[in-house]
Amino acid sequence: MHEDARLDGNAAAGLLSELFTPEATTAVARCAGCGRTGAVGAAEVYADGPGMVLRCPGCEAVLMRFARIRGRLVADLRGVGTLTF
Amino acid sequence: MSSAIRATDRIVAWRTATIREVVRETPSATTLVLDVDGWPGHRAGQHVDLRLTAEDGYQATRSYSISSAPEDDAVAVTVERLDDGEVSPYLVDEAQPRDELELRGPVGGWFVWTADQGGPLFLVAGGSGLAPLMSMLRHRARTGSDAEALLLLSARREQDVLFAGELPALGAAVTITYTREAPAGWAGYARRVDRDMLAEAGFERERRPRIFVCGPTGFVEGVARELVALGHDASRIRTERFGATGG
Repeated sequence: MHEDARLDGNAAAGLLSELFTPEATTAVARCAGCGRTGAVGAAEVYADGPGMVLRCPGCEAVLMRFARIRGRLVADLRGVGTLTF
Repeated sequence: MSSAIRATDRIVAWRTATIREVVRETPSATTLVLDVDGWPGHRAGQHVDLRLTAEDGYQATRSYSISSAPEDDAVAVTVERLDDGEVSPYLVDEAQPRDELELRGPVGGWFVWTADQGGPLFLVAGGSGLAPLMSMLRHRARTGSDAEALLLLSARREQDVLFAGELPALGAAVTITYTREAPAGWAGYARRVDRDMLAEAGFERERRPRIFVCGPTGFVEGVARELVALGHDASRIRTERFGATGG
C-alpha cells in the first residue's frame, strides 16, 4: 500500500457504475473482517496498481478488488459482508 | 440522510463530449467547457471519467471534478497538469474547441452537496481541490441558498489560485493561505493549514457544519485529522483525495 496514493471510495464510482444499477458509493458496506459499516464512498481506495482495491477504513482489510483482464472486468467482493443500498 | 436512488445516478454508457471552450485558469490548470450528448445533469461535487484512446488503441481513463454548477448550461471540468501524467498534459495544453472526448458520468453520490441540505458549509481546498467545491459554491449562489458558507483555500502562490476573479463574488467568506510564496504586502496566512487556522477560518463545532475537504491525499488526511481533533463530528466530514501529486 502506498499511503500517498490513497484515494476515497468516490474514486471507484465510475467503475462501480459498471456493476451496480443504483449509486454504489452511498451504499453501506459491512466489512466481512471487522464488522464495521460505512459508506462505500468513505472506503480507502488504492488505484496505483494494475487494478483497484477498496479497503475498510477501520481494519484495512480488503473489501473489494477489481481488475480488467483482457477487456473483462473481474470483481472479487469477498471482503464485503453485506452491501445495503 | 438516506441514499435516495435517482435516475440521474445510473450511468448508461460512455458519452461523447465536445469541447465548447478552453479557459486557461492558471499556468498549470485549464477548464474545459463541454457539451455532452444526453447529459442527465449532475449534483455539486460529482465527477466525470474522461477516456482518451491513442491511435494504437491504448486507452487511459482519469476522473475529473465538475467545477460548474448544475444550473449552468454546460459541463465544466477543471484539470491540473501532472507533468508525468498520461492524460492531463493533453487536456491542459493541447485540447481545442470542437475536439471530442469520451465521458462517463456524472459519477459519485458521496461527496455531494445540494442546496436543500442547507448549511452551514465549511469547504477546505488544497490547490485544484477547489474544483468540486467551486461547483458547490456556484450551486449555492445560483439557487439563492441562504446556507452560510466558508471556504479555506491552500495555494502555493497567488498565480496558482483557481477562479480568483470569481471567488469574491460568490457570497462566501474566503480565506486563503499561501504555502510557498505570499504576494507582496500579504497580511493573511502564509503557512500550511493547521489546527489553529481551521479553528479560525471555520465554524465552531457547535454549529455542526457540513465539511467537505478536497486536495492531495496528504493534505486531506491532515485536515480531516485536525478537524476531528477540534471536535467536529467525523460523520459530517466528507473527503475527496486525489492522490500524491494532485489531479
